[in-house]
Amino acid sequence: MRAALPVLVVLALIGALWYAAVPFMNIRVSLDLAERMGETVEPEGVNVRRELSVPTLLLNNPGRIGETFRLERPRLPTPGQVLSELWATSGAMVLEGRGFSKRSLIYHGWITLRSTLSGFALGLALGLAGAVAITYARVVERSLMPWAIISQTIPIVALAPMIVVLSSQIGVEGRGLPKAIISAYLCYFPILVGMVKGLNSPSDQQLDLLKTYSASGFQSFWKLRLPASMPYLFASLKVGIAAALVGTIVGELPTGAISGLGARILIGDQFGTPLAIWAALLAAAILAGLLVTALDMVQRSVLRRRGMAA
Amino acid sequence: MTAAPVISAKDLSLVFHTGDGDVHALKDVTLDIEKGEFVSFIGPSGCGKTTFLRCIAGLEQPTGGTLTVNGLSPDAARRARAYGYVFQAAGLYPWRTIGGNIRLPLEIMGFSRAEQEERVARVLELVELSGFEKKFPWQLSGGMQQRASIARALSFDADILLMDEPFGALDEIVRDRLNEELLQLWARTEKTIGFVTHSIPEAVYLSTKIVVMSPRPGRITDVIDSPLPRERPLDIRDSREFIEIAHRVRDGLRAGHAEEAL
Repeated sequence: MRAALPVLVVLALIGALWYAAVPFMNIRVSLDLAERMGETVEPEGVNVRRELSVPTLLLNNPGRIGETFRLERPRLPTPGQVLSELWATSGAMVLEGRGFSKRSLIYHGWITLRSTLSGFALGLALGLAGAVAITYARVVERSLMPWAIISQTIPIVALAPMIVVLSSQIGVEGRGLPKAIISAYLCYFPILVGMVKGLNSPSDQQLDLLKTYSASGFQSFWKLRLPASMPYLFASLKVGIAAALVGTIVGELPTGAISGLGARILIGDQFGTPLAIWAALLAAAILAGLLVTALDMVQRSVLRRRGMAA
Repeated sequence: MTAAPVISAKDLSLVFHTGDGDVHALKDVTLDIEKGEFVSFIGPSGCGKTTFLRCIAGLEQPTGGTLTVNGLSPDAARRARAYGYVFQAAGLYPWRTIGGNIRLPLEIMGFSRAEQEERVARVLELVELSGFEKKFPWQLSGGMQQRASIARALSFDADILLMDEPFGALDEIVRDRLNEELLQLWARTEKTIGFVTHSIPEAVYLSTKIVVMSPRPGRITDVIDSPLPRERPLDIRDSREFIEIAHRVRDGLRAGHAEEAL
């Protein structure tokens, strides 16, 4: 409970700020709507109101502030609205036995999770292989590292549609693989960099010690370099899995995907349903939190087995 | 002694090529170490004492002269498990228990599971750490960690023990205690020990032979065969012989410095 308190305080602050911002963000939409319904607002006329500042509009129409919290298509929905939309498209559907229907965020979250995990596995394999190669061959560091760094300077939103188009050109069915490639592209880098550092973390003395045992390169990898890199590995895995999720969502945005959280965000935008966008965003954030928490639990259990204070 | 020396160096030289020019870490070092001797190497930083120990271990390659360990080249001797090496820092793996750390060389050298257990128990008893097998390094004091690292070096029964300032980072009281224990260990195991140190009392108290070295280039300035008996209580350090040897070591160190100043 003591640990939860600071988190809850921050959460309450964010919620308060959010609610406070809602009238400011929504008053114009609210006044436009009311005027169209034939009600009197002050001043009348969309073009007249455009000349006035938001605080002035709020002062002129204090009676309309309540409505800004209840709009169907607000500029900024309230946290309550987002949460109830999230519940309506997840928990409530589960209770109705339709948890896996195509309208449910659980279904879309699962699609995104699946791609994230396969992209993460691919990125992990690439990052580890690259780190091992760099650790054991200087020439690889000089030839591979510049490309790895350049790869991260290319905006993924520019690259993602190309990967999708190219993979369909070479006859790959579905979007699973291109999405996994995009997320692997984002997550291999932190794993590569972290593991190069981790595998090289043993001191000269520790390496000399193994040399006095005439240990093979393979033995010094398994007995020293790999275990010594564990703290670095977990730090980069947590960054990597969050990057993998972002990669998958970006991969779901372009060229007409219909399932996945990214597709929900895009569709919500196209159909002008902000509540759906916000609910999908929140679902993505929850998913990221769950993934990082899961890794954190693995890390704790590994560290505990290694006798370190978790 | 009629038997061949365990370690034999003749005109040994080692030059490091650095950006600032060549550094003579060792120059014309000639020294024989007999079986069962306790040899200390003492001298200021840069005198090559650690480098010489590392050459014996095959961790550095000499650029001139000859060096044999048990009649073999240092590399071949290392592969034949001729020596155990103790570094200045205990260097225990934090993710392994004390027992796991001592098991490390045994795993690498391919001892059977049962023999690993037997040997770990035996060397832990030798360094008086029985009962600490399941503890992690951070749960032990610095002195205990260094004892564990000595146990690790003893676990595979090498005849030679090479120790590079093993007690340098410990406080005086712990150091005295470990010096005493090391002598007992040496008497019981009859190992040949090469011991690098900065401390004159430590070198005189422990050694049967004291090698005084000086820097730039790293070379031997004096070799003192200690007349002290093998059996040495701590208060031997107040005896006249002890003080005389300490004097001679100090003179040797000073001579090395004076030469350098010229």
